[in-house]
Amino acid sequence: MSRAALLVLADGRFPAGGHAHSGGAEAAVKAGRVTGAGSLEDFCRGRLHTAGRVAAALAASAALGVDPVSLDAAADARTPSPALRVAARKLGRQLLRAARAVWPSGELDALARAFPKGAHQPVVLGVAARAAGLGPVDAAYCAVYESVSGPASATVRLLSLDPFEATAVLARLAHEMDLVVDQAVEAAREVVDNGVDALPASSSPLLEIGAEVHAAWAVRLFAS
Amino acid sequence: MHLDHSHDGPSAVSADARRPDGSRRALRIGLGGPVGSGKTATVAALCRALRDELSLAVVTNDIYTREDAEFLLREAVLPPERITAVETGACPHTAIRDDISANLEAVEDLEDEVGPLQLILVESGGDNLTATFSKGLVDAQIFVIDVAGGDDIPRKGGPGVTTADLLVVNKTDLAPYVGSDLARMAADAKAQRAELPVVFQSLRAEDGVRDVADWVRAQLAAWSA
Repeated sequence: MSRAALLVLADGRFPAGGHAHSGGAEAAVKAGRVTGAGSLEDFCRGRLHTAGRVAAALAASAALGVDPVSLDAAADARTPSPALRVAARKLGRQLLRAARAVWPSGELDALARAFPKGAHQPVVLGVAARAAGLGPVDAAYCAVYESVSGPASATVRLLSLDPFEATAVLARLAHEMDLVVDQAVEAAREVVDNGVDALPASSSPLLEIGAEVHAAWAVRLFAS
Repeated sequence: MHLDHSHDGPSAVSADARRPDGSRRALRIGLGGPVGSGKTATVAALCRALRDELSLAVVTNDIYTREDAEFLLREAVLPPERITAVETGACPHTAIRDDISANLEAVEDLEDEVGPLQLILVESGGDNLTATFSKGLVDAQIFVIDVAGGDDIPRKGGPGVTTADLLVVNKTDLAPYVGSDLARMAADAKAQRAELPVVFQSLRAEDGVRDVADWVRAQLAAWSA
């Protein structure tokens, strides 16, 4: 495995569409639930342990070679909000495009054939990690980091929050990210033996509800 | 980027000139420029001028709404299925240059759903003078400024003014009212752009978009040759 390849995949500037999404932060800001660095940290912590944990387990499973079709169905079952399913597939399609150009691989081509309009982003992330020569731990790290870095950078734009404070929030969550990665990889190894029912199904109802409300707005900065 | 190379699989991964089925894809022309310079009005006028002679579609990149797409829909310049809005997360220049994935999907979906298309106009939301389109997304780009935005913009230059395949100076009818010196703008543009073309236009005039439409026709003829 190459540590440098992990940096390429995890780079916030990796051209896979993430910049247009707030990870629920825009809805939370509008609702008054995120107003500064403190509440951003609470929001990110909640997202990390719910959506982030599920995404990390999906990505780690895909990186271990678990069938992406069954993982995609499992991701659907764990994403009640139709708006979030649409966003996850859009981002998955964009990531697949970028990954196929960056790390050409038969597995990525096969995934594109199976899902011409996109599979759930964490599933694509795991297959992309394989194509990049990375393992399940790396894939899980990318997923958990994205689960909090997206809302943090969006909040900088939404609230004109001090970017140093937003980045400090991410640094304070680093240890918890390590723990979530450990849990996710453990779950993924169980998925290899026992199937996708071993995936975590932790959910955050406010993220799901917020996403539905957000999708109906006529004016918004972010796509989700 | 492989400009003339086809890939396996259902969708191309870059700006390939051919679609997965081997047919030649539509010519893609980007329109960028500062807020309020008349990009959407130019797109609307181009659609009206060209829609009877060729098959075209539009992708808009709004900053925070679907306003540009909705303007085009309201004006009924094209049937609704030929207009797609890409959401940019408050950063049109990111979506047209640094991370073009959403725009590439929009143009491919248009070709899949309403194709075959000959021309796709990709409009950026209003942005700054450094905003240019990626060569992975468009084949040629038009930068639209206007006389009311200050007649020193051609002198200031910047990647949009200096490198765009066509510079359009819009709203020339307003020049006397805002004290803009068109001759000076033309001389400054010439100094910045050497042989690259510049069009001065007023969409208030009869057939005001004619020069730009002719330029688009010439691009299309070269692309199809």
